Amino acid sequence: MASLVTCPHCGARPKEEFTVKGAALTRPAPDASQETWFDYVYLRDNPRGAYQEYWHHTSGCRRWLVVNRDTATHEIFETRDAARKVTA
Amino acid sequence: MTPYRLSSGGLVDRSKPLSFSFDGKEMQGFEGDSLASALLANGRLLVGRSFKYHRRRGILTAGAAEPNALMTIGEGGRTEPNTRATVQELYQGLTAQSQNRWPSLDVDVGALNSLLSPFLGAGFYYKTFMWPAALWEKLYEPFIRRAAGLGRATYEADPDGYEKSWAHCDLLVVGAGATGLAAALAAGRAGARVIVADEQSQAGGGLLSETATIDGKAAHAFAAETLAELAALPNVTLLPRTTVFGWYDGNVFGAVERVQKHVGIPAAHLPVERLWRIVAKEALLATGAEERPLVFGGNDVPGVMMAGAMRTYLNRYGVAPGRQVAIFTTNDTGYALAADLEAAGIPAAVIIDSRSRPAPSGYNGRTRIISDAVVSDASGGKALSGITVRTRNGSETIKVDALAMSGGFNPVINLACHRGGKPQWSDEKATFLAPSGLKGLSLAGAAAGIDGLAACLEDGAAKGTALAESLGYGSTQPSFGAVTGEIAPAPAKPLWTIKGVRGKAFIDYQNDVHRKDLGLAVQEGYGHVELAKRYTTNGMATDQGKLSNVNAIALLAEARGVSPAEVGTTTFRPFYTPVSFGALTGTSHGHHFQPVRKSPLHNWAKKNGAVFVETGLWYRSSWFPRAGETGWRESVDREVKNARKNAGLCDVSMLGKIEITGADAAEFLNRVYSNAFLKLPVGKARYGLMLREDGHIYDDGTTSRLAEDRYFMTTTTAYAAGVMNHLEFCAQALWPDLDVRLASVTDQWAQMAIVGPKARAILERIVDADLSNEAFPFLGAAEISLFDGAVHGRLFRISFSGELAYELAVPAGYGESVADAIMEAGREDGIQPYGVEALAVLRIEKGHVTHNEINGTVVPGDLGFGRMVSSAKPDFIGKHMLAREGLNAPERPQLVGVVPLDPAKSFKTGSHILAKDAAATLENDQGYVTSSCYSPHIHSTIGLALVRRGSSRHGEEVMIWNGLRDEFTPGRLCDPVFFDPANEKLHV
Repeated sequence: MASLVTCPHCGARPKEEFTVKGAALTRPAPDASQETWFDYVYLRDNPRGAYQEYWHHTSGCRRWLVVNRDTATHEIFETRDAARKVTA
Repeated sequence: MTPYRLSSGGLVDRSKPLSFSFDGKEMQGFEGDSLASALLANGRLLVGRSFKYHRRRGILTAGAAEPNALMTIGEGGRTEPNTRATVQELYQGLTAQSQNRWPSLDVDVGALNSLLSPFLGAGFYYKTFMWPAALWEKLYEPFIRRAAGLGRATYEADPDGYEKSWAHCDLLVVGAGATGLAAALAAGRAGARVIVADEQSQAGGGLLSETATIDGKAAHAFAAETLAELAALPNVTLLPRTTVFGWYDGNVFGAVERVQKHVGIPAAHLPVERLWRIVAKEALLATGAEERPLVFGGNDVPGVMMAGAMRTYLNRYGVAPGRQVAIFTTNDTGYALAADLEAAGIPAAVIIDSRSRPAPSGYNGRTRIISDAVVSDASGGKALSGITVRTRNGSETIKVDALAMSGGFNPVINLACHRGGKPQWSDEKATFLAPSGLKGLSLAGAAAGIDGLAACLEDGAAKGTALAESLGYGSTQPSFGAVTGEIAPAPAKPLWTIKGVRGKAFIDYQNDVHRKDLGLAVQEGYGHVELAKRYTTNGMATDQGKLSNVNAIALLAEARGVSPAEVGTTTFRPFYTPVSFGALTGTSHGHHFQPVRKSPLHNWAKKNGAVFVETGLWYRSSWFPRAGETGWRESVDREVKNARKNAGLCDVSMLGKIEITGADAAEFLNRVYSNAFLKLPVGKARYGLMLREDGHIYDDGTTSRLAEDRYFMTTTTAYAAGVMNHLEFCAQALWPDLDVRLASVTDQWAQMAIVGPKARAILERIVDADLSNEAFPFLGAAEISLFDGAVHGRLFRISFSGELAYELAVPAGYGESVADAIMEAGREDGIQPYGVEALAVLRIEKGHVTHNEINGTVVPGDLGFGRMVSSAKPDFIGKHMLAREGLNAPERPQLVGVVPLDPAKSFKTGSHILAKDAAATLENDQGYVTSSCYSPHIHSTIGLALVRRGSSRHGEEVMIWNGLRDEFTPGRLCDPVFFDPANEKLHV
């Protein structure tokens, strides 16, 4: 795991300040199908390479971040505030 | 002066003698000595016993790779086993003990293992201890456990301190030998922030053992001069006695600084070791190269030593290796040693060169040279007595008391491989080089496979300059003048398999792996490098194969008839050398192991005689014993009865408290709770159920609306932090468009429950507001003042006990005095404090749930909370999974009460429920008791349980089975509300 995570608000901080939640998925619409909800709650990809995850700067600014990192090399490509909408 | 200590030369201070002891024998050394050099100076060649065969072993190296000279240093709580004598600095009064011997180093019963050696070869564990299986536990495992390990750890507490620190730099230079110093100077002069870490007691590396001169100056003087310049640069930090042990993601390096391992009594204000995490923009490994042993018979007899180490003992410590010295070499460095020995007045007896070529040009000595020859065996017991030299023409036995060997050099590339890169075999260098294409880390000098002092200085300066430039610091490359008197080593001619070997030829000294073991591994099908490692244990000792891995790989390659490139290497992992638990622990031990959380009412509870219990980090008052009470149950029964009869005061400050504000706070709560919150009026509290997205209950608590846009939420104690994280996730990641803000206020409020029929009367005496049932009914919530406006707080009419009850919150600093005032105001009404034990009895009597019941597997319907799942709301966390078949199955465990048929009988929480006449098997398991207590109102044990179809089985007789104690208690399922089911007491 990365030793340092660059928080968009606090800069590079030790990983111990963060907690990871898991895949940064988009929550389905309330009227989405049961299958869509099931996928959201239970199904995860396990890619080798780039992966977007929710990380919480628990012992820092307490913002939730989206961290895009490489599961093989642990390189972090990008961190952004989870509230920041991006059009992928 | 001993016969081994030279009268002059070396960097030890002969005016500062130090006394120390080894195995109880007093000895003398000098300041500047390592423990190893001091032992050698005292003629102590035999210093340890080997791991498996208990063979006599001497000092082999002069550095971190030492596999033999492991000893126990220090006494009492400062005892440190497996310390390498080659790394340990000598200090006044040092005590060292040899290891792995009984009764003494010279006479060791374990050496009988050598006679058993035919049975102790590679894989002997697997072959010997396979059968009969019954013997494993009784015989084999105790035997292996007794034999395993080397030193013994002390049971006494470590009296010393440790700490951890972060550092940041532009360039980290690992190793302060010629290469590292040149690089650090180049980057330091350019203005880059440089950290130089060096593992030795004295920085300088090989320069301290070198007799060549640089620009006319002695090499060690050059080192001292360069270090002085570096020390004077404000942008350069020198970390002496610091081993960089690991390379981690984000270019973070782990390092351990031995701040006070070189003193007898450490100063209390400093740590003995400091663990560094160094964030470097760039790092340069100037870690040098490790000399390879040669694999001949008896290459472990005390007196056989690495040639470079012998040169270090001679030149740096002024210690003679012996009187008759042979040098067995595959490269030119052996000649540099021969020249130095001659200069010190100990002419080498013979040089055995495996190559057939003339002596190198820089060598003018008179030592006899036998070329195209090998040493096939060394003989001797406690000390070397002779060697067998083989040439094409036959063999010759030569009497010597010291033998230096040099099989070539392996760059120290461990750190460069810590992040997954594989070492690359170089045919030219006959060794493995660092992986290519590394980001943020480069290698220079001998670590990069470069030979010779002049070339290393040049390479270090060039790379230091280039790295500084790449970081934006322009500079000119330093030059250091001519290097004279160096015998620059031509690459070794690899010599792996030596012919004609008779005795045991060791590859891995520390784990006693010899050449035949590797042959056996190949023969038995374990020739793959990873299999051979495990089958023979080669490279698996604490030295991690620093001396043995390349030899083992090359010998495997020869046995398999392939190139070492094809065999490949095993994985390099941190730590480079062992790191103490103390350093890794830092300050996190004893009192500082974890924080202690004390409620603002802690002192109040203490004054009232509370017995505290640790729950998580909190210290909670458990019960409040009174004089004459004989056990906790008696106290708890009294507290429970008094709360239902008069009044009780309980500290509930440790509940999680969250302030929620914003225009969309109502909508937000409506989405995070399963029940409706949108229409909660101002001035009202509501019990809320929070689900996980998978439909299971996450936490519960009450939330009160204090204003249109302001709410106050309480969570359970255990999930306070988790709920806060969850709400932040919902607010920030799921619904960032909602106007809502969250603040944890757990520590800002002292909160107390005032419970019982007389609670109102007591509170009315201190609260300014009207507390009548009409003005402030059940589930009322208000900001109020106390003592005629002296203190402001919040009052909630909520009840966990089923009694008329209030929770009063006041600013934390007022907690103790307000609690005191309530006790005083309620004295005549018989108010008593109660603790978490009584709290539990009160809530179990009322069938209220906690995380005993909310165990992560239950959905609202299981606990009878079906009506708390709003069907009207379009969305809330957990809504969409609740419809799943399994969560609505009729066979699901449901909350139910349970009582023993015979009130005199009892049962324990965790006991399982069986149908009345069913056998006690897992197949017949119907559920389990989640909470239980003795109820002084029901006059028996009562329990809550999660039982299959429980809510439709009230009245059914069952068997309560405690499988751990083999106890069976006939019982009956019942309504989970045992006391005042109509809630008459709540609403008065």
